[in-house]
Amino acid sequence: MTDTIAQPTADAKAAPDTMAWDSGLRRLMMIYLPLGCFVLILLFPFYWMTITSFKPNAELMNYRDHNPFWISSPTLAHIKHLLFNTAYPRWLWTTMTVAIGSTTLSLIASTLAAYAIERLRFRGSPYVGLGIYLAYLVPPSILFIPLATVVVQFGLFDSPLALILVYPTFLVPFCTWLLIGYFKSIPYELEECALVDGATRLQILRRITLPLAVPGLISAGIFSFTLSWNEFIYALAFIQSGANKTVPVAILTELVTGDVYQWGALMAGSLLGSLPVAIFYSLFVDYYVSSLTGAVKE
Amino acid sequence: MSVTTLSSTGLAHRQPSWLVRLFDYKPFLIVMCLAPAIGLLSVFLTYPLGLGIWLAFTDTTIGRRGIFVGIENFQYLLTDPLWWNAVFYSVVYTGIATFGKFALGFWLALLLNNHFPFKSILRAIILLPWIVPTVLSALAFWWIYDPQFSIISYLLVDVLHWRSSNIDFLGSPWPARFSLIAANIWRGIPFVAISLLAGLQTISPSLYEAAMLDGASAWQRFRYITFPMMMPILAIVMTFSIIFTFTDFQLVYAITRGGPVNSTHLLATLAFQRGIAGGELGEGAAIAVSMIPFLVFATLFSYFGLARRKWQQGEAND
Repeated sequence: MTDTIAQPTADAKAAPDTMAWDSGLRRLMMIYLPLGCFVLILLFPFYWMTITSFKPNAELMNYRDHNPFWISSPTLAHIKHLLFNTAYPRWLWTTMTVAIGSTTLSLIASTLAAYAIERLRFRGSPYVGLGIYLAYLVPPSILFIPLATVVVQFGLFDSPLALILVYPTFLVPFCTWLLIGYFKSIPYELEECALVDGATRLQILRRITLPLAVPGLISAGIFSFTLSWNEFIYALAFIQSGANKTVPVAILTELVTGDVYQWGALMAGSLLGSLPVAIFYSLFVDYYVSSLTGAVKE
Repeated sequence: MSVTTLSSTGLAHRQPSWLVRLFDYKPFLIVMCLAPAIGLLSVFLTYPLGLGIWLAFTDTTIGRRGIFVGIENFQYLLTDPLWWNAVFYSVVYTGIATFGKFALGFWLALLLNNHFPFKSILRAIILLPWIVPTVLSALAFWWIYDPQFSIISYLLVDVLHWRSSNIDFLGSPWPARFSLIAANIWRGIPFVAISLLAGLQTISPSLYEAAMLDGASAWQRFRYITFPMMMPILAIVMTFSIIFTFTDFQLVYAITRGGPVNSTHLLATLAFQRGIAGGELGEGAAIAVSMIPFLVFATLFSYFGLARRKWQQGEAND
């Protein structure tokens, strides 16, 4: 205490400066540096994927003469090979159909289920909700073998329709869960008013609840789309013919041939297969983050 | 008076159809609303789950209906070194990857919880590894782990001169195991970080202010405020993470397919190899069913172990 009083005033003036500098450096070391490392590591595989898909083969296999982190003569050969010499457009189309079909199906099913559980309130509705939630905890790895026999029984083996019907098993629980949360946030009074005015339940759902739940529906929709685009194990087990495969399966099983891997084409395929979800994601980032965090918080 | 007559005629006008009335009958409406979801889930989830357990007790192969063989499949698995190997690696994989994901993810969440410019863009970028199809990013990792042209080897050998030879990432058992774990951690960090960030943002700043007034250090604030407050959300995210890491399939199938010499088989990839590729549906189903006890145990452990404080204190403090 006596020390500070004894100090000359010049020192006291300098002190805040050093402290500000110190906290700035500290902030740099404690926050920005680790954050930079995280971003670098998390993004590097994508950078590497992109750069590989535009490199000519000579550059790809020669690190001595070319800096591997850059492209000296970019080429579209890999992408051209992919689009014109393989069934890639067909795979993209199948994947898109499956993703849109299963998303639509599960959105309809889960909207109705969430509405029944949250708003029509009947005896045992919490248990139905819990059951649907538990269904989310059953991983596809346990189900794919018996499901393959079920798919064969239904005569759907090797048909994209099988995927459209099976994907809702993991989409419906998630979407229902998400939508219950959204329906909860809509004031019940609005529906009561409509009931008093003589609207039927279905009118209430269509005119009042659904329009108010649009953000939730968008979140559930884009989430389902991404999940079904990324699905792998069912598509691998249920689809056999090359033409009906989805992009992730086709790249792994059709493009990986022999001992010499065509890394350029493989990476170009991965890049093109990732782009639709990445674009979709960039358009709806906020919905993604809110649905992800909302679902966890529920 | 005139108003009531008017509305009653209006009602009569609006309610002639029995269909409309049927759809307004609550029990019917409940059944109709639940039917699609429950129908889909019971046909493609509950039924296969039961069927899978039944198949595990039969000797079904592709194209031939099996007969009940009791616990023969499981007896065989217990003597099968490959199954034990897969159990061992599944546990190691889940343990190390979960630890890595949560340590790094929690750190990243704490970093993101600070104020700095472009925060929302950064948050969006960080989620990318989780959004992109796992198989496709796994292919990128396969290329990064290439024995000859690995970029990591290039960095270590030619740029930094720390090593004299390339690293053989996927050629021998232990390096291959750790390479897969690293790829899994890479993919899992964003989900953990963003979920935990959401939890961090719900902690009231007044708690930290009170602690700072009482002279708590940064570590004490983390240990006695952040950590206990995060317990419930940590328990949920960890339960999910453990379930989906233990049953992981894509990453291993895409990068090593269980090799070299079957050292990186997880239970899921082994089940696929035996059940679908090998055609032994019964045995594959038995391997898949053998995951269930581990999953139940892991779920109970992570959920009750971590959420213990919550139920000890009662439900009031949500």
